[in-house]
Amino acid sequence: MTDCLENRLLTTRRGLLLGSASFAAWAYLPKFARAADGRDPRLIVVILRGALDGLSTVAPIGDPDYAGLHGSIALTADGAHPAIMLDSFFALHPAMPEFARMYRDRHAAVIHAVATPYRDRSHFDGQDVLESGYAGPGRVQSGWLNRALEALPRGERVSSGLAVGPTTPLVLRGNAPTVGWASVALPQADDDTAMRLVELYRHRDPVLASALSQGLQLDKVASGDDMKATRGNAVAQMRQVARGAAKLMAADDGPRIAALAFDGWDTHANEGGPVGRLAFLLGGLDGALAEFESCLGNRWRDTIVVVATEFGRTARINGTDGTDHGTGTIALLAGGAVKGGRVISDWPGLKLANLYESRDLKPTTDLRSVIKGVLQDQFGLSDRVLAETVFPDSASARPMKGLAA
Amino acid sequence: MARDSQAALIALNRFGFGARGGASGDLINAASDPRGFVKAELARPNGVLLEAPGLQSTPQLGQAVFAYQDQVKQAREAAKETAKAGGPAETPAQAPADQTPGLRRNLSLNAAAEITGQMAEAKPTENTAKSETMQPNAATPPAAKPAPQPLNVIQKIFRAEALARLQRATLVDCGFTERLVVFWSNHFCISAGKGELARIWAGSFEREAIRPHVLGRFADMLRAVEQHPAMLFFLDNQQSLGPDSRAGQNRKRGLNENLAREIMELHTLGVGGGYTQGDVTSLARIITGWTFAGRQGQLGAPGSFVFNVNAHQPGPQVLLGKTYDAAGLAQGEAALADLARHPSTANFIATKFARHFVADDPPPVLVARLRDVFVKTDGDLKALATALVDSDEAWKAPLTKMRSPYDFLVASGRLLARVPEDPGVYLNGLNLLGQPLWSPAGPNGFPDTSAAWAAPEGMKLRLDIAARIGARLGNNIDPLDLLEFAAADAASTETRRTIERAESRQQALALLLMSPEMQRR
Repeated sequence: MTDCLENRLLTTRRGLLLGSASFAAWAYLPKFARAADGRDPRLIVVILRGALDGLSTVAPIGDPDYAGLHGSIALTADGAHPAIMLDSFFALHPAMPEFARMYRDRHAAVIHAVATPYRDRSHFDGQDVLESGYAGPGRVQSGWLNRALEALPRGERVSSGLAVGPTTPLVLRGNAPTVGWASVALPQADDDTAMRLVELYRHRDPVLASALSQGLQLDKVASGDDMKATRGNAVAQMRQVARGAAKLMAADDGPRIAALAFDGWDTHANEGGPVGRLAFLLGGLDGALAEFESCLGNRWRDTIVVVATEFGRTARINGTDGTDHGTGTIALLAGGAVKGGRVISDWPGLKLANLYESRDLKPTTDLRSVIKGVLQDQFGLSDRVLAETVFPDSASARPMKGLAA
Repeated sequence: MARDSQAALIALNRFGFGARGGASGDLINAASDPRGFVKAELARPNGVLLEAPGLQSTPQLGQAVFAYQDQVKQAREAAKETAKAGGPAETPAQAPADQTPGLRRNLSLNAAAEITGQMAEAKPTENTAKSETMQPNAATPPAAKPAPQPLNVIQKIFRAEALARLQRATLVDCGFTERLVVFWSNHFCISAGKGELARIWAGSFEREAIRPHVLGRFADMLRAVEQHPAMLFFLDNQQSLGPDSRAGQNRKRGLNENLAREIMELHTLGVGGGYTQGDVTSLARIITGWTFAGRQGQLGAPGSFVFNVNAHQPGPQVLLGKTYDAAGLAQGEAALADLARHPSTANFIATKFARHFVADDPPPVLVARLRDVFVKTDGDLKALATALVDSDEAWKAPLTKMRSPYDFLVASGRLLARVPEDPGVYLNGLNLLGQPLWSPAGPNGFPDTSAAWAAPEGMKLRLDIAARIGARLGNNIDPLDLLEFAAADAASTETRRTIERAESRQQALALLLMSPEMQRR
């Protein structure tokens, strides 16, 4: 279903737009003492900025309180767009058939009710904590993935052209040299940003609201787009970024460790259930994972993709058929090296008393444990380096064992 | 406190280029004494001058163009000779193709991408030395670009002049005097699109004819402008010959009314200011002989203003009912002096001045007061600016004016505390947004109404640029800190909330740059 050679530049005006993505990688190949055993591990970290609704992505259908809380957007096991049952309790969003297949093949896993140590609800601070690896916000000089790279023995330089790339995501920022690749030129603002601005103008500056709305509208007419097509492009774009990244990483002298960020997950209004806004985005993420699998070819066998987000969303939907900033959410693992086919969760339950601050899924797993487990399994980093350098002051969040096959 | 912040916002945005980020303390300083903050710059007339290493005089620049044109011609002829001799055809030197300013409709989307990409990369704050771009394969965008042509001397000078102006605007405290420079430069505009001389002179024209008089006398600015080679070239006066002059008789050519008409219509009296076609013709005759020395230097140093008596229409002329007897250069200088103090001029300037700074439909009381000041002080432009700042109207009128693209880009750079190092970023942005630097479509300059700059397509393009800046720079900034620098408690609740709730720093920065607080002035 994936043509890795196809790399068509989307040229319609709104074609380049919705959502945005960036990709950056370590500039060196890791050099392993045990290179003799033939393993050539790869790690891809995908950051979903905006806070993913974990309860809509991997729905606890077996929890008696889920349907009531998630209301009009709750997933169900039946109906026109049934969720895909992962086990007797959890069901996957129907927009993610590729992930479901990987899960069945035991190459994908879900960790549910996870969170970083951050317990407030600011995107910026939450993303800082997620990406910096520090226990609190405000540390933006380096990211945990970069510090993990510093602990790895450095081999040959990866192949690369020479030009300044896009901004490196915080997770990969730091002393270890990186290379960046801007897969998609993004000269235009994404629709979510545009809509937020129109909304601000509506309240504060009706003249500008009208002008901007018209400008955006004219644009769509000019390219013959409607909203659906625009969303379709977001999906195409996520796939395109993943495809480009995977092709780089598949090369013998290509990067082994990389990070991507996808924006647009802040679904406050009209989030949608089995179809709708979130469904489109999840479809894009699913497509991106499929591109990684397909374009990495034999390398997929030694690959782990970690998908993480800054925090979750409220268990109960809000008054605009969306969800507000919450706490516990999910992390996804995919790749041939994942010991998959399971949802790993110490499920806290969705009874009011069990919710964090009576509103959010209570986190029972520290996201750092998941990531530390992956880093340990893939690259052999020691407990001590992980607890002191990569995730400072995280000794209590012990690496999760056995995430890799 | 809220009131003070509001006044500070007016001081910085209505009169200046907006608060600078970092440790400037602009908003706090402006809040403690809003009027004083604005007027501080008026006390430093020399501060308006722009002298930077490498910036040359108009004659020097004219000579550079002449030399360049000679070189190109020689290279072309040499190539022709070689071809004639049957030798291998050599590539002729790069033709001095005039860079027509990119009007919006001519621009490709790629230009838009380049702009903002460059803007963000102008001064990366993070470890880009370690960052490189990879391309997965040749078929993948971004496709390799052909190596850029080296810039010719005209393009280099234009960029150097632009950079000096942008750096000044970015670094200056409030920016009121720089805003005055932009106002007067647009009032007396030339267009770099006219040709090579106009392009290379665009910056020196402003430095030599506008800046020295921004806090001086209108009459002096008027004379400096109309005698500047850039204006004489832009409005064709170097071609205008008195029909009865020696040159006119010899060459069977005559008047070109272009400059004379615009002097009255656009520079002084304004449309409906009481002049007739007869007056236009009279003034055209009066200023025949106002030209600049060409490459041969027969009349003076090449590229300098000269009065060519051989081209001057002899005899007295009647302009607006007054007879100008004086022969030669003095005839025109006397006519300009009278135009400068004509009541229509006072009215025209006062209206335009108030419209630029206060509102599209400025309060008539304010216009009347400015007009009176202009008349009473015989066109003292510092007095005019002071009267504006001292007026209550300028502080009471709501911030309804739209920042022009130039204002917007400069204000964004100031807030982000990024001193421009590559003018290309700004020049491309201005092209895209319809305000190519020193290159308006006509002698009436760029429009000065909110409607012109808040057009649907323009707003969308502004958002695209803001989003691109956000994507490149958002990583390293705290958007709420920037909002404090930009507006503090004068920011609306909605703006603050929109920025707080943005889903990423990148998005937050884009929204901040596009907020009414940053767009209106």
